[in-house]
Amino acid sequence: MRRVEAFLRFMWDFVVGDDWRIAVGVVVALGITGLVAGASIPAWWIVPVAVIALLAGSVWRAARS
Amino acid sequence: MQQHPAAGYAQDRASLTRFSGSAEYIWAVTGTELGLAISVFLACAVEAVEALTIVLAVGTTRSWRSTLTGVGVALLALAVITAALGPALTALPINALRLVVGALLLIFGLQWLRKAILRAGGLKALHDEEKAYEEELAAARDAGAVDRTRFDPYSFTVAFKGVLLEGLEVVFIVLTFGSNQHNVGLAAAAAAVAVLAVVAAGLAVHRPLARVPENTLKFAVGVMLTSFGMFWGAEGAGADWPGGDAALLVIIPATLLVSFGLVALIRRRRRLGRRRAVGAEAAVRA
Repeated sequence: MRRVEAFLRFMWDFVVGDDWRIAVGVVVALGITGLVAGASIPAWWIVPVAVIALLAGSVWRAARS
Repeated sequence: MQQHPAAGYAQDRASLTRFSGSAEYIWAVTGTELGLAISVFLACAVEAVEALTIVLAVGTTRSWRSTLTGVGVALLALAVITAALGPALTALPINALRLVVGALLLIFGLQWLRKAILRAGGLKALHDEEKAYEEELAAARDAGAVDRTRFDPYSFTVAFKGVLLEGLEVVFIVLTFGSNQHNVGLAAAAAAVAVLAVVAAGLAVHRPLARVPENTLKFAVGVMLTSFGMFWGAEGAGADWPGGDAALLVIIPATLLVSFGLVALIRRRRRLGRRRAVGAEAAVRA
Protein backbone atom coordinates (compact mmCIF):
# COMPACT_ATOMS: atom_id res chain seq x y z
CA MET A 1 0.00 0.00 0.00
CA ARG A 2 2.86 2.36 0.88
CA ARG A 3 4.51 1.63 -2.45
CA VAL A 4 1.29 2.44 -4.32
CA GLU A 5 1.02 5.67 -2.36
CA ALA A 6 4.65 6.51 -3.04
CA PHE A 7 4.16 5.77 -6.74
CA LEU A 8 1.04 7.94 -6.93
CA ARG A 9 2.86 10.75 -5.12
CA PHE A 10 5.77 10.44 -7.53
CA MET A 11 3.43 10.56 -10.54
CA TRP A 12 1.67 13.61 -9.09
CA ASP A 13 4.99 15.42 -8.57
CA PHE A 14 6.24 14.29 -11.98
CA VAL A 15 3.25 15.50 -13.99
CA VAL A 16 1.57 18.18 -11.88
CA GLY A 17 4.65 19.65 -10.19
CA ASP A 18 4.70 22.68 -7.92
CA ASP A 19 1.44 24.36 -8.90
CA TRP A 20 -1.67 22.18 -9.22
CA ARG A 21 -3.68 25.15 -10.48
CA ILE A 22 -1.81 24.93 -13.79
CA ALA A 23 -2.92 21.32 -14.31
CA VAL A 24 -6.53 22.10 -13.40
CA GLY A 25 -6.51 25.21 -15.60
CA VAL A 26 -5.18 23.28 -18.60
CA VAL A 27 -7.87 20.59 -18.23
CA VAL A 28 -10.62 23.23 -17.89
CA ALA A 29 -9.30 25.21 -20.89
CA LEU A 30 -9.22 22.12 -23.08
CA GLY A 31 -12.73 21.17 -21.91
CA ILE A 32 -14.07 24.63 -22.84
CA THR A 33 -12.25 24.40 -26.19
CA GLY A 34 -13.98 21.08 -26.87
CA LEU A 35 -17.41 22.52 -26.02
CA VAL A 36 -16.95 25.68 -28.10
CA ALA A 37 -15.47 23.78 -31.06
CA GLY A 38 -18.37 21.30 -30.83
CA ALA A 39 -20.75 24.23 -31.35
CA SER A 40 -18.86 25.07 -34.59
CA ILE A 41 -17.46 28.30 -33.12
CA PRO A 42 -13.74 29.07 -33.64
CA ALA A 43 -12.03 27.86 -30.45
CA TRP A 44 -8.27 27.91 -31.22
CA TRP A 45 -7.72 31.10 -29.16
CA ILE A 46 -9.01 29.69 -25.86
CA VAL A 47 -5.92 27.62 -24.99
CA PRO A 48 -3.38 30.42 -25.69
CA VAL A 49 -5.41 32.88 -23.59
CA ALA A 50 -5.65 30.31 -20.79
CA VAL A 51 -1.90 29.60 -21.00
CA ILE A 52 -1.01 33.29 -20.66
CA ALA A 53 -3.39 33.67 -17.69
CA LEU A 54 -2.20 30.48 -15.97
CA LEU A 55 1.50 31.19 -16.46
CA ALA A 56 1.23 34.83 -15.40
CA GLY A 57 -0.91 33.89 -12.37
CA SER A 58 1.44 31.14 -11.26
CA VAL A 59 4.58 33.27 -11.68
CA TRP A 60 2.91 36.18 -9.90
CA ARG A 61 1.90 34.01 -6.94
CA ALA A 62 5.45 32.68 -6.68
CA ALA A 63 6.86 36.22 -6.88
CA ARG A 64 4.60 37.45 -4.07
CA SER A 65 5.23 34.52 -1.73
CA MET B 1 -13.68 12.39 -41.94
CA GLN B 2 -10.51 12.89 -39.95
CA GLN B 3 -7.41 11.98 -41.90
CA HIS B 4 -5.00 9.70 -40.13
CA PRO B 5 -1.78 11.60 -39.41
CA ALA B 6 0.32 8.87 -40.96
CA ALA B 7 -1.41 9.56 -44.29
CA GLY B 8 -0.74 13.28 -43.98
CA TYR B 9 2.81 12.53 -43.01
CA ALA B 10 3.26 10.32 -46.08
CA GLN B 11 1.84 13.07 -48.31
CA ASP B 12 4.18 15.65 -46.74
CA ARG B 13 7.09 13.32 -47.20
CA ALA B 14 6.07 12.56 -50.81
CA SER B 15 5.75 16.25 -51.61
CA LEU B 16 9.15 16.94 -50.18
CA THR B 17 11.01 13.98 -51.58
CA ARG B 18 12.45 14.02 -55.06
CA PHE B 19 12.93 10.73 -56.82
CA SER B 20 15.69 10.60 -59.36
CA GLY B 21 16.22 8.05 -62.16
CA SER B 22 19.10 6.46 -60.29
CA ALA B 23 16.74 5.49 -57.49
CA GLU B 24 18.25 7.92 -55.01
CA TYR B 25 16.10 9.76 -52.52
CA ILE B 26 16.97 13.28 -51.46
CA TRP B 27 15.78 13.43 -47.89
CA ALA B 28 14.06 16.51 -46.66
CA VAL B 29 12.82 17.44 -43.21
CA THR B 30 9.50 19.15 -42.58
CA GLY B 31 9.34 22.10 -40.19
CA THR B 32 7.36 20.12 -37.60
CA GLU B 33 9.91 17.29 -37.71
CA LEU B 34 12.71 19.79 -37.22
CA GLY B 35 10.82 21.29 -34.27
CA LEU B 36 10.32 17.81 -32.85
CA ALA B 37 14.00 16.88 -33.24
CA ILE B 38 15.26 20.16 -31.71
CA SER B 39 12.81 20.00 -28.77
CA VAL B 40 13.64 16.39 -27.96
CA PHE B 41 17.39 16.98 -28.40
CA LEU B 42 17.45 19.98 -26.04
CA ALA B 43 15.22 18.37 -23.41
CA CYS B 44 17.22 15.15 -23.43
CA ALA B 45 20.56 16.99 -23.32
CA VAL B 46 19.43 18.83 -20.18
CA GLU B 47 18.27 15.62 -18.48
CA ALA B 48 21.44 13.79 -19.55
CA VAL B 49 23.65 16.53 -18.04
CA GLU B 50 21.84 16.16 -14.71
CA ALA B 51 22.07 12.36 -14.74
CA LEU B 52 25.76 12.52 -15.72
CA THR B 53 26.54 14.74 -12.72
CA ILE B 54 25.10 12.13 -10.34
CA VAL B 55 26.83 9.20 -12.07
CA LEU B 56 30.23 10.96 -12.19
CA ALA B 57 30.04 11.96 -8.52
CA VAL B 58 29.13 8.54 -7.19
CA GLY B 59 31.37 6.63 -9.62
CA THR B 60 34.45 8.74 -8.88
CA THR B 61 34.00 8.62 -5.10
CA ARG B 62 32.89 5.04 -4.62
CA SER B 63 32.64 2.18 -7.12
CA TRP B 64 32.50 2.53 -10.89
CA ARG B 65 31.41 -1.10 -11.31
CA SER B 66 28.37 -0.76 -9.03
CA THR B 67 27.55 2.69 -10.46
CA LEU B 68 27.60 1.42 -14.04
CA THR B 69 25.49 -1.60 -13.01
CA GLY B 70 22.93 0.86 -11.61
CA VAL B 71 23.03 2.84 -14.86
CA GLY B 72 22.55 -0.35 -16.90
CA VAL B 73 19.59 -1.58 -14.85
CA ALA B 74 17.96 1.88 -15.02
CA LEU B 75 18.38 1.93 -18.83
CA LEU B 76 16.82 -1.54 -19.00
CA ALA B 77 13.86 -0.36 -16.89
CA LEU B 78 13.45 2.68 -19.17
CA ALA B 79 13.49 0.42 -22.24
CA VAL B 80 10.75 -1.76 -20.70
CA ILE B 81 8.63 1.31 -19.84
CA THR B 82 9.09 2.67 -23.39
CA ALA B 83 8.19 -0.69 -24.95
CA ALA B 84 5.07 -0.93 -22.78
CA LEU B 85 3.81 2.65 -23.14
CA GLY B 86 4.85 3.35 -26.75
CA PRO B 87 2.44 0.97 -28.52
CA ALA B 88 -0.34 1.86 -26.04
CA LEU B 89 0.00 5.56 -26.90
CA THR B 90 0.20 5.07 -30.65
CA ALA B 91 -2.86 2.77 -30.57
CA LEU B 92 -5.07 5.65 -29.37
CA PRO B 93 -7.34 7.35 -31.94
CA ILE B 94 -5.62 10.49 -33.29
CA ASN B 95 -7.84 13.09 -31.62
CA ALA B 96 -7.74 11.32 -28.25
CA LEU B 97 -3.95 10.99 -28.60
CA ARG B 98 -3.52 14.69 -29.40
CA LEU B 99 -5.82 15.70 -26.55
CA VAL B 100 -4.10 13.50 -23.94
CA VAL B 101 -0.57 14.17 -25.17
CA GLY B 102 -1.28 17.88 -25.69
CA ALA B 103 -2.68 18.22 -22.16
CA LEU B 104 0.27 16.36 -20.61
CA LEU B 105 2.83 18.32 -22.62
CA LEU B 106 1.12 21.58 -21.75
CA ILE B 107 1.05 20.84 -18.01
CA PHE B 108 4.63 19.57 -18.11
CA GLY B 109 5.85 22.44 -20.32
CA LEU B 110 4.20 25.11 -18.19
CA GLN B 111 5.93 23.73 -15.10
CA TRP B 112 9.31 23.88 -16.87
CA LEU B 113 8.60 27.36 -18.15
CA ARG B 114 7.40 28.61 -14.76
CA LYS B 115 10.63 27.45 -13.10
CA ALA B 116 12.74 28.86 -15.94
CA ILE B 117 11.00 32.26 -15.68
CA LEU B 118 11.46 32.34 -11.90
CA ARG B 119 15.17 31.45 -12.34
CA ALA B 120 15.71 34.06 -15.05
CA GLY B 121 13.89 36.64 -12.92
CA GLY B 122 16.17 35.90 -9.95
CA LEU B 123 13.46 34.44 -7.71
CA LYS B 124 14.83 30.90 -7.82
CA ALA B 125 18.46 29.80 -7.62
CA LEU B 126 20.00 28.95 -10.99
CA HIS B 127 20.74 25.26 -11.44
CA ASP B 128 24.46 24.86 -10.84
CA GLU B 129 26.01 21.54 -11.92
CA GLU B 130 29.29 22.22 -10.08
CA LYS B 131 27.35 22.75 -6.84
CA ALA B 132 25.16 19.68 -7.46
CA TYR B 133 28.33 17.66 -8.14
CA GLU B 134 30.00 18.82 -4.92
CA GLU B 135 26.84 17.97 -2.93
CA GLU B 136 26.69 14.49 -4.48
CA LEU B 137 30.40 13.98 -3.74
CA ALA B 138 29.92 14.97 -0.10
CA ALA B 139 26.88 12.68 0.26
CA ALA B 140 28.81 9.77 -1.32
CA ARG B 141 31.76 10.29 1.06
CA ASP B 142 29.41 10.55 4.07
CA ALA B 143 27.84 7.21 3.16
CA GLY B 144 30.84 5.42 4.70
CA ALA B 145 33.85 3.46 3.51
CA VAL B 146 33.58 1.34 0.40
CA ASP B 147 35.32 -1.85 -0.68
CA ARG B 148 35.85 -1.23 -4.40
CA THR B 149 36.21 -4.95 -5.12
CA ARG B 150 32.68 -5.68 -3.83
CA PHE B 151 29.23 -4.64 -4.92
CA ASP B 152 28.34 -1.26 -3.40
CA PRO B 153 24.57 -0.86 -2.83
CA TYR B 154 24.91 2.92 -2.32
CA SER B 155 26.54 3.51 -5.72
CA PHE B 156 24.05 1.21 -7.42
CA THR B 157 20.97 2.82 -5.83
CA VAL B 158 22.04 6.44 -6.37
CA ALA B 159 23.03 5.81 -10.01
CA PHE B 160 19.87 3.77 -10.66
CA LYS B 161 17.54 6.39 -9.19
CA GLY B 162 19.33 9.29 -10.85
CA VAL B 163 19.28 7.76 -14.32
CA LEU B 164 15.73 6.39 -13.96
CA LEU B 165 14.22 9.66 -12.77
CA GLU B 166 15.99 11.85 -15.34
CA GLY B 167 15.39 9.16 -17.98
CA LEU B 168 11.65 9.07 -17.30
CA GLU B 169 11.41 12.68 -18.44
CA VAL B 170 13.30 11.75 -21.60
CA VAL B 171 10.95 8.80 -22.23
CA PHE B 172 7.92 11.00 -21.62
CA ILE B 173 9.11 13.64 -24.08
CA VAL B 174 10.18 11.12 -26.73
CA LEU B 175 6.89 9.22 -26.54
CA THR B 176 4.61 12.26 -26.48
CA PHE B 177 6.38 14.10 -29.30
CA GLY B 178 7.12 10.97 -31.31
CA SER B 179 3.67 9.36 -31.10
CA ASN B 180 1.91 12.60 -31.99
CA GLN B 181 4.02 13.03 -35.10
CA HIS B 182 3.94 9.30 -35.83
CA ASN B 183 7.69 9.47 -35.80
CA VAL B 184 8.89 7.88 -32.56
CA GLY B 185 12.03 6.82 -34.46
CA LEU B 186 13.08 10.43 -35.13
CA ALA B 187 12.33 11.44 -31.52
CA ALA B 188 14.29 8.45 -30.19
CA ALA B 189 17.20 9.25 -32.54
CA ALA B 190 17.30 12.89 -31.37
CA ALA B 191 17.26 11.68 -27.75
CA ALA B 192 20.03 9.14 -28.41
CA VAL B 193 22.24 11.76 -30.12
CA ALA B 194 21.73 14.14 -27.17
CA VAL B 195 22.56 11.48 -24.57
CA LEU B 196 25.60 10.23 -26.51
CA ALA B 197 26.91 13.78 -27.00
CA VAL B 198 26.58 14.54 -23.28
CA VAL B 199 28.15 11.22 -22.23
CA ALA B 200 31.06 11.70 -24.69
CA ALA B 201 31.66 15.23 -23.38
CA GLY B 202 31.45 13.97 -19.79
CA LEU B 203 33.95 11.17 -20.47
CA ALA B 204 36.29 13.66 -22.15
CA VAL B 205 36.35 16.17 -19.30
CA HIS B 206 35.61 13.74 -16.44
CA ARG B 207 33.83 16.56 -14.65
CA PRO B 208 30.20 17.72 -14.61
CA LEU B 209 29.32 19.77 -17.66
CA ALA B 210 29.05 23.07 -15.84
CA ARG B 211 29.62 25.09 -19.00
CA VAL B 212 26.45 23.82 -20.67
CA PRO B 213 24.00 26.75 -20.53
CA GLU B 214 21.52 24.55 -18.68
CA ASN B 215 19.18 27.28 -17.49
CA THR B 216 18.92 28.76 -20.98
CA LEU B 217 18.27 25.29 -22.42
CA LYS B 218 15.54 24.69 -19.84
CA PHE B 219 13.92 27.99 -20.82
CA ALA B 220 13.97 26.97 -24.49
CA VAL B 221 12.60 23.50 -23.73
CA GLY B 222 9.81 24.98 -21.61
CA VAL B 223 8.81 27.23 -24.51
CA MET B 224 8.85 24.33 -27.00
CA LEU B 225 6.88 21.91 -24.77
CA THR B 226 4.29 24.57 -23.97
CA SER B 227 3.92 25.60 -27.63
CA PHE B 228 3.52 22.04 -28.94
CA GLY B 229 1.22 21.23 -26.02
CA MET B 230 -1.02 24.19 -26.89
CA PHE B 231 -1.08 23.24 -30.56
CA TRP B 232 -1.85 19.54 -30.11
CA GLY B 233 -4.12 19.97 -27.09
CA ALA B 234 -6.40 22.47 -28.85
CA GLU B 235 -6.42 20.34 -32.02
CA GLY B 236 -7.28 17.24 -30.02
CA ALA B 237 -10.16 19.12 -28.37
CA GLY B 238 -11.56 19.87 -31.83
CA ALA B 239 -10.20 23.37 -32.59
CA ASP B 240 -8.73 24.24 -35.98
CA TRP B 241 -5.65 26.47 -35.95
CA PRO B 242 -5.59 29.23 -38.57
CA GLY B 243 -2.93 28.19 -41.08
CA GLY B 244 -2.72 24.60 -39.80
CA ASP B 245 0.82 23.50 -38.87
CA ALA B 246 2.14 26.96 -39.81
CA ALA B 247 0.41 28.30 -36.68
CA LEU B 248 3.37 26.89 -34.73
CA LEU B 249 5.53 29.58 -36.36
CA VAL B 250 3.45 32.13 -34.47
CA ILE B 251 2.78 30.12 -31.29
CA ILE B 252 6.47 29.47 -30.49
CA PRO B 253 7.70 33.11 -30.79
CA ALA B 254 4.57 34.37 -29.01
CA THR B 255 5.19 31.98 -26.09
CA LEU B 256 8.81 33.15 -25.97
CA LEU B 257 7.72 36.78 -26.00
CA VAL B 258 5.19 36.29 -23.17
CA SER B 259 7.87 34.47 -21.13
CA PHE B 260 10.41 37.28 -21.66
CA GLY B 261 7.71 39.76 -20.67
CA LEU B 262 7.09 37.91 -17.40
CA VAL B 263 10.86 37.79 -16.67
CA ALA B 264 11.06 41.56 -17.28
CA LEU B 265 8.09 42.16 -14.94
CA ILE B 266 9.65 40.08 -12.15
CA ARG B 267 13.01 41.88 -12.51
CA ARG B 268 11.28 45.26 -12.44
CA ARG B 269 9.31 44.28 -9.34
CA ARG B 270 12.52 43.12 -7.61
CA ARG B 271 14.32 46.37 -8.55
CA LEU B 272 11.45 48.45 -7.18
CA GLY B 273 11.38 46.33 -4.02
CA ARG B 274 15.11 46.89 -3.48
CA ARG B 275 14.77 50.65 -4.07
CA ARG B 276 11.89 50.86 -1.58
CA ALA B 277 13.92 48.92 0.99
CA VAL B 278 16.92 51.25 0.52
CA GLY B 279 14.62 54.29 0.75
CA ALA B 280 12.97 52.99 3.94
CA GLU B 281 16.38 52.30 5.47
CA ALA B 282 17.57 55.81 4.62
CA ALA B 283 14.39 57.29 6.15
CA VAL B 284 14.93 55.35 9.38
CA ARG B 285 18.54 56.59 9.59
CA ALA B 286 17.47 60.17 8.96
